[in-house]
Amino acid sequence: MSAGKGTEKKISTPLSDSVIRGLAAGCRVLISGVVYTARDAAHKRMFEIAERGGEMPFDFAGQIVYYAGPSPTRPGAAIGSIGPTTSGRMDAYSPTLIRLGLKAMIGKGLRSDEVRRAITTHCGVYLVAVGGAGALISRSVKSASVIAFPELGTEAIRLLEVEDFPAIVAIDSSGNDIYRNAAP
Amino acid sequence: MMEIDASLVSVAVARLCVEANYDIAPDIAEAFKRARDAEDGGLARRVMDDLLENAAIASEGALPLCQDTGMAVVFVEIGQDVHVAGSLTDAINEGVRRGYEDGFLRKSVVSDPVARVNTKDNTPAVIHYDIVPGDSLSITVAPKGFGSENMSALSMLKPSDGLEGVKKFVVETVRKAGPNPCPPIVVGVGVGGTMDYACLLAKKALLRSVGSPNPDAFWDEAERDLLGRINALGIGPAGLGGHTTALAVFIAPYPTHIAGLPVAVNIGCHSTRHGTARL
Repeated sequence: MSAGKGTEKKISTPLSDSVIRGLAAGCRVLISGVVYTARDAAHKRMFEIAERGGEMPFDFAGQIVYYAGPSPTRPGAAIGSIGPTTSGRMDAYSPTLIRLGLKAMIGKGLRSDEVRRAITTHCGVYLVAVGGAGALISRSVKSASVIAFPELGTEAIRLLEVEDFPAIVAIDSSGNDIYRNAAP
Repeated sequence: MMEIDASLVSVAVARLCVEANYDIAPDIAEAFKRARDAEDGGLARRVMDDLLENAAIASEGALPLCQDTGMAVVFVEIGQDVHVAGSLTDAINEGVRRGYEDGFLRKSVVSDPVARVNTKDNTPAVIHYDIVPGDSLSITVAPKGFGSENMSALSMLKPSDGLEGVKKFVVETVRKAGPNPCPPIVVGVGVGGTMDYACLLAKKALLRSVGSPNPDAFWDEAERDLLGRINALGIGPAGLGGHTTALAVFIAPYPTHIAGLPVAVNIGCHSTRHGTARL
């Protein structure tokens, strides 16, 4: 039984395949657990690691990557503003990472057919957060630490501990795409 | 001759960078409320509520509205009776450096477009100078996020394409952008001039206040028609469907060559930000 448009579901990481199959395009989710930030530069590096068969900066099993580069953290705060960046720029790298076990991605905007195919083949899910709501989203981040590529600054890979991080299922494991249904 | 010390320019630019990124403009906040009320419900209304809450959190918590605090685009109108003591360009970049560092704003600029090494202080800014009559200096800082910048486009239309050709290109550019530029968007359109100048007109058009009419009745009517056509696309807030895809369309026309009809579309996200200081 999958949850679709208008419904809301709490999920925790790591994500099992059965939880992923229960998420339908249009469903709102509140994520608790861990998500890893990675955007353009970190994706390029992970792709290069994949090409030479190296070890990834973190174990992909059941994990979520968040396409985000936060603004600097004020003293005493967990994180700065941290909304999603445009996912399409990661399309060149995502199918390879999904093939290597990455389960879920959070971003904003359209994905390529190749990414959608990789999601359906490997039981993945593409989630979107509200673009430009970086201050609001920062409230659901409880802690952040850089775990790889610190020299990339905002583009480093960060482990975020999140509680009720709000997102919407945009492409579900069956390949349904909310953007294709939204526009007439 | 009015003498202005360059250090005053740095102070003003730093302040404008911070204010533009923390505080939603009143015209945008009003447009958000109208958009929320215009939506039937569901995800569209929810997204507009989220954006209003986001603006409140940003302002109270001294957090940027969006983590993409942009590349600093600076428009300078310098009175021809003004003399700036020191380098004006250096002073503007120093202001950007300080504003982005002291204001906890993200440094998003890379030194070379292919080598891509972060300059770590968000400089250099993109600066446009205009010489105007008078003895004052006006500085506008418009931090530009790239989710929307990347969805912008230019077309060198034929004169025979006319107004309908212009409109079709604008609507098509917005349709192709879909959810990517963080709708509801602000659409800046430059029509005429040369290839480069059409782009500058489009960028400058984004500085207008949402709700302000075009001073030219012909172009005002074109703006209204385009806003209707764009909102009929159904892309909606965050691209999740709805009535509000754009908050405003601003068109800036300029004389052009007998052989051409350049049209530039610069898309601004819902965090279209700018602030002005006069020295």
